[in-house]
Amino acid sequence: MNAAILSAAPADAGRMPAGRVLGAYLAEARSECLRYLRAPGFMLPILLFPGLFYLVFGILMAKANGADAARYLLASYGVFGVMSPGLFGFGVSLALERDGGLLTLKRALPMPPGAYLLGKMLMAMAAAAVVTLMLLAMALGLAHVPLTVAQVAGLFATSMLGVLPFCALGMFVGTLIKGQGAPGMLQLVYLPMSFLSGLWFPLSMLPNALQQIAPLWPSYHLDRVALATVGIGHEPVLPHVLVLAGFGVAFFVLAVRRLRRVG
Amino acid sequence: MTDATVARLAAVGKRYGPLTALDGLDLVVRRGELLALLGPNGAGKSTSIGLLLGLIRPDAGRAELFGLDPQRIEARRRIGVMLQSSNLPFTLRVGELLRLTMSYYPHPRGYDETAALAGIADLLQRPYGKLSGGQQRRVQFALALCGRPELLFLDEPTVGMDIEARQKLWAAMRALVAEGCAVVLTTHYLEEAEALAQRVVVLGQGRVLSEGSVDDLRRRVALTRIRCVSDLDAAAIAAWPGVASATRDGAHLSIATAQAEMVVRRLLDGDPALAELEVQRAGLAEAFTELTRDTTLQEAA
Repeated sequence: MNAAILSAAPADAGRMPAGRVLGAYLAEARSECLRYLRAPGFMLPILLFPGLFYLVFGILMAKANGADAARYLLASYGVFGVMSPGLFGFGVSLALERDGGLLTLKRALPMPPGAYLLGKMLMAMAAAAVVTLMLLAMALGLAHVPLTVAQVAGLFATSMLGVLPFCALGMFVGTLIKGQGAPGMLQLVYLPMSFLSGLWFPLSMLPNALQQIAPLWPSYHLDRVALATVGIGHEPVLPHVLVLAGFGVAFFVLAVRRLRRVG
Repeated sequence: MTDATVARLAAVGKRYGPLTALDGLDLVVRRGELLALLGPNGAGKSTSIGLLLGLIRPDAGRAELFGLDPQRIEARRRIGVMLQSSNLPFTLRVGELLRLTMSYYPHPRGYDETAALAGIADLLQRPYGKLSGGQQRRVQFALALCGRPELLFLDEPTVGMDIEARQKLWAAMRALVAEGCAVVLTTHYLEEAEALAQRVVVLGQGRVLSEGSVDDLRRRVALTRIRCVSDLDAAAIAAWPGVASATRDGAHLSIATAQAEMVVRRLLDGDPALAELEVQRAGLAEAFTELTRDTTLQEAA
């Protein structure tokens, strides 16, 4: 850097007050949320599938299975519903934006570091909040599941944090695949993983071999936490939380490394 | 590095597997100038821009933006960028995209001023996805200039624009340069470079083939184009001394030569019925073709 350039430019060239930097993070998150809440092709399937499944299997058909079926399936379909904003909101949009040049433009622009990923993360959390609130409303209003305030708050918090490992997994898949191939690939992750983790049927109804490998899937661990939160199961929650955190960090690190190298 | 350098590539090398994209390239962008970067496809234009923006890292040499590593955000806060293809979010309104991009910069231009300068004041309420291709390019241009940049990168900015939109964009670019903003422009439209650029750098095979003003570049290629209606044999004329090329297009003959006076005399002697004679100094297009012909031939071989 030589002196002539310094004198030609304002002394604070390129520096930005912290308030404006924070404003940039907020603007990015706001845009990310707005664009997806306005895209029915994104929001409808995320809301529709868990909602419909819960209505049919958790409320209408569960009456025969006793009062706890609606409670059990609230947790399981809640996890099922929370996975998709993470996987699809993060993974598909990243894959499309790597392909369409938006990510390249964002990297060239002076967007503050991480604002792009943070915006997507908040968007996934917002979508997960909408799904969880919808399922909670159905459980309380239609199935009359007796839930304490602590249980409702606990399940909501579990969903908000539980979406994060799936954001990391979606992000990793989004860095592996470019463009239109990503949704199909993510379905291949999402649906089998939900099934194998006992989100659709209780694990005890699956073959023994599949029960044995269930702890491999992050959704299994999130389901255990969610079940404990609504008062089913008495195992300690902490090991599952640690597995989920480790899983999330591992995929996040892998994804960031790939983004740095491949772009 | 001179006083007024805003961006620079110094002896930069970049390879993609067995392919050499840039081969010891030196490039300097000076404060307030409009630099056109020309070259055939694969010459290294996009790689050069990518290096200056910090999108890719050089294998050898250095890339600098305001004397800093281009990946430093302090450097990038002083630039504006319009890339060749960037699909912006379809569901966001133009005004929302503009406000978002303005939030990245320390001292952005005013919202209305930006919209007026880029000619998008009538589009601000529309969702980006509902715009035509040319309108989308104008929005991308607005995003590039909204941060009051000292250096603007425009990669093929007028592709897909109609003539009127292109003229407006040219006017906006001139206004920005008048404010002291430097512009790096890549384009396939040579008349665009001819109309706007103060300096032209022609790349070929990852090296600088020529550098100078538009007039310098024209002068390097001392060709003149002769057009006329005549039934003389084009192949025979091509063999005349001093004739670079001669082709027939219907009734018209088209001849490129460094010795126009001599060739015109010989043409008139050879065909008393010759009509519609036009003699024109070579434009940038001819100069460009001449400069890059060798590399194109090498590539074809």
